[in-house]
Amino acid sequence: MEAFPDAGIEAREFRGQWWIDVPRERVLDVLRLLKEDPDLGFVFLNDVTCTDHPEEEPRFRVVWVLTSFSRKERFRVRTRCPEEDPVVPSATPLWAGADWLEREAFDMFGVKFAGHPDLRRILMPEDFDAFPLRKEFPMEGTRSDRQWAKWVLERARRTEEGRP
Amino acid sequence: MADRRVTPVHVGEFQEEGGVVLTSVDAVINWARKNSIWPLPLGLSCCAIEFMAVAASRFDMARFGAEVARFSPRQADLMLVAGTLTYKMGEACRRLYDQMAEPRWVIAMGACAASGGMFRSYPVMQGIDHIVPVDFYIPGCPPRPEAVLQSIMALQKKIEKDSPSRQILRRTAAPVATE
Repeated sequence: MEAFPDAGIEAREFRGQWWIDVPRERVLDVLRLLKEDPDLGFVFLNDVTCTDHPEEEPRFRVVWVLTSFSRKERFRVRTRCPEEDPVVPSATPLWAGADWLEREAFDMFGVKFAGHPDLRRILMPEDFDAFPLRKEFPMEGTRSDRQWAKWVLERARRTEEGRP
Repeated sequence: MADRRVTPVHVGEFQEEGGVVLTSVDAVINWARKNSIWPLPLGLSCCAIEFMAVAASRFDMARFGAEVARFSPRQADLMLVAGTLTYKMGEACRRLYDQMAEPRWVIAMGACAASGGMFRSYPVMQGIDHIVPVDFYIPGCPPRPEAVLQSIMALQKKIEKDSPSRQILRRTAAPVATE
């Protein structure tokens, strides 16, 4: 199962499930192999998500969680990217469903997915100016309720006026 | 609007000679209003499930004439905000309130709608009273159906004290009075 043709890949097992660390240049190749190899058959993409490790360098870890129905196994592919250049390849050419998952990871962590067709915020408002799941972001947010209320009323007014 | 304007003379006549008339009119209007509070359930999270229990047969909101849940703000009298309001959803909440015809009332159902509840976090509004005026707050997570019924009864009492005919006269007369 670890018979990957790539160098620089680290594989580990945890409680019967495997994960591998892949350099971000090779991630798409590895994912394609996992999906298209008939012996592996990891055809289902469960999730694309990200974790933040501010004390480490590079800082962000992006994780793809895959399922193989033929093998009845799960598999995780991880890669890392630094804060200065937070770009990893997008899995949308392989799974159309990666679209919104990657938008969420972008929204929460600011990690960009190269090759994504429409990388916008998905949960937070478009004009939000931070990435809330980064460790340095305060839990209660950066805007006061008064500022938010003003923002809400202004938006409601603009939408109402913009109606035909 | 100009055609419906009532001159101060007419209002004066009403108020001096028609006190009994207006009070009776008020009583009739209030009676009709308080027994037909059509709620707009703005179900945002788990409190909406509890609201279904209020509407269903055991607790039966229909006993208070409030069973006609309308999903259009233009047909509703009471906005029942049931659940956690996020800032992004705030726009929808405010617009729904703006589209309701007067008289309109708002009940904040549950801890989240009243105060943000346990969510002191970046996307959650700390109480809907930041963007809409609230008549009653119901505590609880979620509140018992009885608590919701009590707030509807409290709202009925509030409506009883209203004087709709005077408000209408004052409103139509107001532009004249300022001239």
